[in-house]
Amino acid sequence: MKNRLLLWVPLALFAFFAGLAGYMLTQEKDQFVESTMIGQPLPDFALEPAFEGLPGAAKADFVGGGPRLLNVWASWCLPCIAEAPQLEALKAQGVEIIGIAIRDRPEDVANFLAAHGNPYSRIGSDRISEVQLAIGSSGVPETFVIDAKGVIRYQHIGDIRADDVAVLLAELEKAK
Amino acid sequence: MIAEIGLAALWLAAALAVLQMVSGAMALRVPEGEAAPLAIYTRPAAIVQAFLAVLAFFLLLYSFAVTDLSIKLVATNSHSMKPLIYKLTGTWGNHEGSMLLWVGVLAASGGLLAAFEKRLPERTMGATLAVQGFVALGFYAFLLLSSNPFERLPVPAVEGTGLNPLLQDIGLAIHPPTLYAGYVGLSVAFSLAMGALLTREVNPSFARAMRPWVLGAWVLLTLGITAGSFWAYYELGWGGWWFWDPVENASLMPWLAATALMHSVSVLAARDALRTWTIMLGVLAFSMSMLGTFLVRSGVLTSVHAFAVDPERGSFILALLGLYIGGAFTIFALRAGAVAEGKRFAATSREGALVFNNVMLSAILAIVLLGTLYPLLTEAFDVRVSVGPPYFNPASAIFAIPMLLVMAVGPLLRWRADKPARIQFEMLLIAAVLIGAIALVSFFGSYPFLPLLGLGLAPALAVAAVLPLRGRNLRRVPAATWGMVLAHFGVAVSLFGMACEGAFTQERLAAVAPGGTEQVGDFSVTLESVAPVAGPNWTAIEARLAVRQGDGEPVILSPQARNFWSPPQATSESALLTKWNGQLYAVIGNQAEDGRWQIRVWWKPFVTFIWYGGILIALGGVLAIAGRVRVDVKRRKAVKLGDARRADLEALGAAPVPAE
Amino acid sequence: MIRAAFAAMLVLLAVLLPRPLGAQDTMPPAPYAYNQLDDPRLEAEAAALMHTLRCLKCQSQSIADSDAPMAGDMRHQVRSRILAGESPDQIRSWLIARYGDYVSYEPEVSSTTWPLFAVPVLVILLVAGVLLRRLGKRRSDAGEAA
Repeated sequence: MKNRLLLWVPLALFAFFAGLAGYMLTQEKDQFVESTMIGQPLPDFALEPAFEGLPGAAKADFVGGGPRLLNVWASWCLPCIAEAPQLEALKAQGVEIIGIAIRDRPEDVANFLAAHGNPYSRIGSDRISEVQLAIGSSGVPETFVIDAKGVIRYQHIGDIRADDVAVLLAELEKAK
Repeated sequence: MIAEIGLAALWLAAALAVLQMVSGAMALRVPEGEAAPLAIYTRPAAIVQAFLAVLAFFLLLYSFAVTDLSIKLVATNSHSMKPLIYKLTGTWGNHEGSMLLWVGVLAASGGLLAAFEKRLPERTMGATLAVQGFVALGFYAFLLLSSNPFERLPVPAVEGTGLNPLLQDIGLAIHPPTLYAGYVGLSVAFSLAMGALLTREVNPSFARAMRPWVLGAWVLLTLGITAGSFWAYYELGWGGWWFWDPVENASLMPWLAATALMHSVSVLAARDALRTWTIMLGVLAFSMSMLGTFLVRSGVLTSVHAFAVDPERGSFILALLGLYIGGAFTIFALRAGAVAEGKRFAATSREGALVFNNVMLSAILAIVLLGTLYPLLTEAFDVRVSVGPPYFNPASAIFAIPMLLVMAVGPLLRWRADKPARIQFEMLLIAAVLIGAIALVSFFGSYPFLPLLGLGLAPALAVAAVLPLRGRNLRRVPAATWGMVLAHFGVAVSLFGMACEGAFTQERLAAVAPGGTEQVGDFSVTLESVAPVAGPNWTAIEARLAVRQGDGEPVILSPQARNFWSPPQATSESALLTKWNGQLYAVIGNQAEDGRWQIRVWWKPFVTFIWYGGILIALGGVLAIAGRVRVDVKRRKAVKLGDARRADLEALGAAPVPAE
Repeated sequence: MIRAAFAAMLVLLAVLLPRPLGAQDTMPPAPYAYNQLDDPRLEAEAAALMHTLRCLKCQSQSIADSDAPMAGDMRHQVRSRILAGESPDQIRSWLIARYGDYVSYEPEVSSTTWPLFAVPVLVILLVAGVLLRRLGKRRSDAGEAA
C-alpha cells in the first residue's frame, strides 16, 4: 500500500510546482533590488561638487532642519530626464533635494541641468558609485527620503512619475 | 504566398495530429489481436504531418533568407544587411521561429517513429502515436493561437530591426537547434513510455524500441550543452564555462534525466528489470524538457530573459505542462502499480551499479531543480535569494562523487550477481591511481578541494573506462561496448578539463599602454597597438597582442570590443590561443583615463578538455546507436530468413522448426 | 519602468547581457575594477569573494564576470577594502547589510534559505532508503519469488 502512495509523489510535486508557477505568472515582475538600509543612518560620506555651479554633498548636509530627498541620478541616464519635471514639482513644494551624480563628468552634469532644469540644492559627484553602494542603491534614478537626523526613511526605485510625487510628499511628512 | 502556404501547412498538420490521436486511440478500443479498422490511419497521419511541419519550417527559413519584410517575425528579427548565414540562423533566434523548429522536430520524430518502428505490438504503437499526436497538437495550438510565426504586417516594413548581435555567432547558431532536437527527441521516449504503460507492455522489446531514441536525444543534448558551454566561454569574455544560470540548468536537467533513462533502458532491454523506474524516467526526461521551455520563455525566473517574456505565452505553456506532465504522472500513479516487478538482481551486480548511478543522477537532478526553482518559491513570499555556483557545486558533488566512483567499477561487474573479490585487482588499480594522483598534485601545491578531487578522479576514471576491454579480443568487442568505453572515457577527459581549469587557471587583469607587456603563467603578452576596425553591421576596437611563450616566436591575438548598431549593443570578442595543453584567453576592455587599455588575459591549462570530453561522450553515444541498429538489422534479417525457411519447410510438409 | 539598469536583452543564453548603448556612462572604470591587487594572496582572497557576490544589475552573474559598470565599482570596493585590511566576511556582511541576502551567492543557512540545505539532506536520506530497499534487501531474499 505504501508503494501505491509513493507513485503519487511525482504528481504531487508537479502540482505544487504548477501552482507556484501559475501564481507567479499572475504576479507583477519586480526586478528591483531594495535597499536594506531603510531605518539606518546614512553612512559618513563627503563628495566633491559634481560641477562648479553647486556645492558638493556630505552626510552633514542632511542633518538638521527638515527631511530631505536624496536623489541618485546621472546625466547619462535616460529615465532621469523623464523624472526631471517631477523633481521640479517637488522643489516647488518646498522640498530640498540633494543630488548624487553617479559616474558623471562636470560638463555633462552642467549640460543636463541647463537642458532639463536644476531642482537640486547640492550635487555630490560619486565617480565610483561609492556612496551609492553604501546606501544600498542599485541603479539610477533612485530617490531616498532622509529625515532630519540623517536616517534613511524611504526608498523610491526608478524614475519618479507624476503620481509618485504625492507619495514622496507623504513620506517626507511622515519623516518630520 | 509563402507565408500563407506555411500557415496552411501548420493548420493541416494540426488536423492530422487530431487524426493521428483519434485513430491511434482506436487501436486501444479493440481487443488484442484484432485489427482496428480506424487504426490504419495512424502511421500515415504521423508521416504526412511530419512532412507538413518540416515544410512549414523550411518556408519560414526561406522567408528569412530573402528577408521578406512583410512578415512581422522577419521584420522584427532580421535585417537585409545581415550576412546570409545569420539571416538563416535568425529563423530560430526568436520565440516563434524556435517554437516552429521545436514543432518541426517533434513532428519529424513522430513521423520517423511511425515509419520505421515495426517491432512493437500494434496496440502499443497505436497508443504511442496517439500520445505523440496529442503532444504535437498542444504545441500546434500554442504556435497557431499565440505565436504565429507567419503573421503578416499590414504594411511591409522598410527595414528589419536587426538581430541581437550576440546571436550573430556561429556557436549560437548551432547549439540551440541541437538542444531543441534533443529536447524534442525525448518526446518519443515519453510517448513510448506512455504507450507501453497504457497497454501494459513494459518489457525488453519495448526497451529496445525506446533505446535508439533515448540515445539519439541524449547525443544531441550532450552536443548542445557542450557547444553552449563553449559558446558562453568564448563569447561572454570572462572565461567562465558554466554559470549555473537557470537557462543552462534548463538544458542540464533533461540531460541528467536522459542519462539516467539511457542506462535504465539498457537494464530493461538486457535484463528485464527496472520496469517502473524506466517508465518514470521516460516521463521525467521529457517533462524536464518542457519545464525548461517554460522557465526560459515565461520569464517567471528573474534571471532568465531568454525570449520576449510574455505571461500569456507562459500561461499557455504552463497549461500544456499541466496537461502532459500532470496527465502522465496521473496515469503513472494509476497504472505503474500494475506493472509487474521486473527480474531481481543482487546489489553487487551490473544492475546494482546502474541503479546506484540512476539514483545518484536523479538526486543531482533534484538538487539542480531545487536550486533553480528555489528563487521562484521565495519570490512568492517577496523574498529574493540568490542561488549560484557556491551552492550548486558542492551540493551536486555530494552525489556526483559516489556516482563517479561506482561508474568506475560498474562496467566491470557481471549482470545479475557478482562477487566484488573477482574484480579485486581492477578496484585496487583504480584506487591506486586515484590516491596517487591526488598525492602527486598535493605535493606540488595546495588547491581547492573539489578541483583536487577532480584531478584524482579523472585519471582513475580514464583507467577504469578502458578496463572493461582488458583481456578481450578488441575486434570482437561490440560497437555498443566501445560506445560505453568511449563515453565513460569522455567523462574522465571532461572532468580533467574542469578540474585543471578550477585548480590551475592564471589570471592577469591590467591597464596596459601600447608597447607594454604583462606576464601570465609562462606567457608574456605585449599590447602592440589598438586600432578601429569595421564589420558589416558593427565597428570595433581591435587590439594587437603579441603573445610569447618563454622565448618562443610571438603569436598575434586580436581581441575586439564590438559595437553593433542595429540594435545598438556592445559585445567583447575574446581571442583564443589554443595549445595542446590549454588556452590563452585574451579580452580588450575600456580605455582608462590616462590612455592605457584594460586587458584581461587568462591561461587556462587543459580547459579545452572539457569540450573534447563532451564530444567523446557524444561519440560514444553515436557508436552505441550504430551498434544497436546494426544488431537490430541483423536480427530482422535473421527473423525474415527464419520465417522464409519455416514457410519452405511447411510447404514441404515437414514439422515446423520450433521458434527460438 | 525602464531604469538605467540593463534593459533585459533577448538572448538565448542570458548569462552575460550585452551593454545597450545610449544609457551608458563614458567614465573610465574605477581603479580596482579591472586591475588586480599587487599582493597575489590578497588578490586571491578578493577574487574568491567576488565570485560569490551577485552583480545586481545583471541577470545571473557574479561581479567577477560582468562588464556592468556597477559590477566594476563593486569589484573596486571589494579590492580596496581587502587592501585596507578588511576580511572577506566583513565585506560580505557589509554588502548584505545594504542589499540583503540577494547580493550573496554564498549559501548561508537562514530563515529564508534553510530548505536549500534541508532538501539535500532529505534527498540523501531518500537515496539511502531507496538503495537499501532496492539493493540491500536483495541479498537475503534474492531467491524468493517477487
